[in-house]
Amino acid sequence: MTFLIQQTLIYAIPLMIVALAGVFAERSGIINLALEGIMIFGAFVGVFFVSQVQQAGTFAAAKDAGDWVALQGFAILAMLTAALMGAIFSLLLSFASVNLKADQTIGGTALNLMAPALVLFLIRIVENQNTIQMAEGDAASWFMIKKGYFGYGRTESMGFLGETFVNRVYLATYICIILFIVLSIVLYKTRFGLRLRSCGENPQAADSLGINVYKMRYAGTTISGALAGLGGFVYALTTANCTADGDVAGFGFLALAVMIFGNWKPVSIAGAALLFGLFKCVAASYSSIDINGDGVFLLAQIGISAHLYRMLPYIITLVVLAFTSKKSRAPKAEGIPYDKGLR
Amino acid sequence: MREKQTGFWNRSGTKAVLASLISIVIGLFVGSVVIFIVGVTNPSLGLKSVWEGICLVFGGMFSTGRNAAGSLTFGFNPTSVGNMLFRATPLILTGLSVSVAFKTGLFNIGAPGQYLMGTAATLYIALSIPTTAVPAGLVWLLAFLGGILMGALWGAVPGMMKAFLNINEVLACIMTNWIAANLVTWFFDGSVLCNVVESGKTGYIYKTTFNGVETPKMGLDLLFPGSQVNGGILIAIVFAALVSILMGKTTLGYELKACGSNRHAARYAGISDRRNIVLSMAIAGGLAGAAASLYYLSGNTEFFWSTYQSLPATGFNGIPVALLAVNNPIGVIFTGCFMSILNISGLQLTNLTAYNEYITDVIIATIVYLSAFSLLIRGLLNGRAKKTEKPAADPKPAGPAQSGESREKGGGEA
Repeated sequence: MTFLIQQTLIYAIPLMIVALAGVFAERSGIINLALEGIMIFGAFVGVFFVSQVQQAGTFAAAKDAGDWVALQGFAILAMLTAALMGAIFSLLLSFASVNLKADQTIGGTALNLMAPALVLFLIRIVENQNTIQMAEGDAASWFMIKKGYFGYGRTESMGFLGETFVNRVYLATYICIILFIVLSIVLYKTRFGLRLRSCGENPQAADSLGINVYKMRYAGTTISGALAGLGGFVYALTTANCTADGDVAGFGFLALAVMIFGNWKPVSIAGAALLFGLFKCVAASYSSIDINGDGVFLLAQIGISAHLYRMLPYIITLVVLAFTSKKSRAPKAEGIPYDKGLR
Repeated sequence: MREKQTGFWNRSGTKAVLASLISIVIGLFVGSVVIFIVGVTNPSLGLKSVWEGICLVFGGMFSTGRNAAGSLTFGFNPTSVGNMLFRATPLILTGLSVSVAFKTGLFNIGAPGQYLMGTAATLYIALSIPTTAVPAGLVWLLAFLGGILMGALWGAVPGMMKAFLNINEVLACIMTNWIAANLVTWFFDGSVLCNVVESGKTGYIYKTTFNGVETPKMGLDLLFPGSQVNGGILIAIVFAALVSILMGKTTLGYELKACGSNRHAARYAGISDRRNIVLSMAIAGGLAGAAASLYYLSGNTEFFWSTYQSLPATGFNGIPVALLAVNNPIGVIFTGCFMSILNISGLQLTNLTAYNEYITDVIIATIVYLSAFSLLIRGLLNGRAKKTEKPAADPKPAGPAQSGESREKGGGEA
């Protein structure tokens, strides 16, 4: 059970935060198809940062001394870097779609093509192979929180809650959850959030009330880029052992599916992300999941192929789209370049 | 469309070509800049390698390797031309796929999925029917048609969702892409078609030559010795011509385009918009399936079946091919060849310098990015041709597209 919850969270958290990234862009009226590309870019930047800092030896002393607080600070720095570069990368999209009134779908596709190309080009130059990894050690030994930090011995148990939510988890998971909650409140309970959402529903009306639609759309897309970049690095850190290879296995598109499944609302998105994370987790390791600890591997015995579990999120999304499209609550003005003349 | 214009430089076709050429030049330029920055900041590369890299980006097609002195040589390279034509085959077809959908107002980002489904059907048919019992030519034809049919069926799925349920085809295509990737992996996982004869090849499906099925060379191998070229390129060109006739000369093509221009107006005029949307996506899917068929029926290509984590780039590259050709089926032949020239340049770059083929993907992405606002570039060209006669037809008179990220440019007429 502990294993199941931890694995589900590992897959669900990047999905959740990247889906929220999609929400911020779409609620401001920009379709952000580039989530996948920005994730790829963020993952590369984060891992590259970690590897460079390791080579510089900045945190070597902290690592040797077992100073885990400093190491967590290191992880947070890497997350910030990934978010920052993700935001900068997303400016390409907002520039094209806000200033140049370009087709947002094609612009997003361009970014999706650009990110893996650029990232792989650089990785090959830097590493002479197709993967970039940490300069030394692995993600678990550097960034994972372990019970030893809290004075527990190797054999001592922290209890169910402790084992599940404190031992062998990444701080990134909780930072993302907090960020998710804070930003959801920002979107719904602040003046800025209201203005942002109004630009996605009726930009003409918003403009007539003195809101700068262009600025709001820039803000939405930039926040979206930062979150997607962060999500990309968190994905690389938690599921890929802090390596990047110009690929996030379609997580950006899956996040898009989560966003639609969650009907562009944070609470539903959190639920959808957990559900899809569960599918991912089951698909990745269904043969070794022992749900209630009685030594019976139930999921393996049912005999459903892992391929089906992998496919399910996409099928479910299509089905949900099919049933809800008539009353779907997509932001009304998404994908339409704002033209003042249409007011 | 526009007012009747005379003179070569004022024709809209000329402008479209010009706009595409500008995109290509800017794309190549951006690629060169990336090489320059990387080369200069990386002490082990240096300026000489930057110059060589840029030479190959522009002229990799004509590279003939290095001479004894270690400097790059250029000249006509028949092997490269043949390989270029071979690689252009699927690109032309996926480009046609995307452009047919574009003409009907749909963005077929589902080409990778249709391509995969076409691959699976083609390989299954080509390898399962014993050529001892059935003539190899017939098996080839069945496999080719099977690939097209499977692609068409897969393309029709998002088409139907768009037509009957009004689901955004981009989203439906993305979902069907990943479903296809998983389905194909599932289909081949543990199948008897996996290559167990050659060691270390179990990740791949047998080449179709294993069953004696391959596309006839049609004499092209004599023209371009040592290359992978085969008759597929001719078939692709025929397909392009057929699509051109379909879209330009037939009632069906007219109806498809009418739906693309304005779905509701088309319905008002008595055209079944739903039928046409499904049909358009099915044709697009069929073309993407054909691309996969021709690529894998060549007999010298292998399919890596465990593809559930990645989608084929050929499918996505149909998008720039179509965009560069402004959806003109005949233009697609040339832009398809251009994309594959880039491919060849990338290979030469990997083989001959410290850089690698991914720079060509950067160039392609730049071109797609530029085509997102190609209307603007074309508007600029128009503005230059006749500066005064245009009141505010284009929403934005704006400066050059490449002026960088000037945030405060604002937009629109004040």
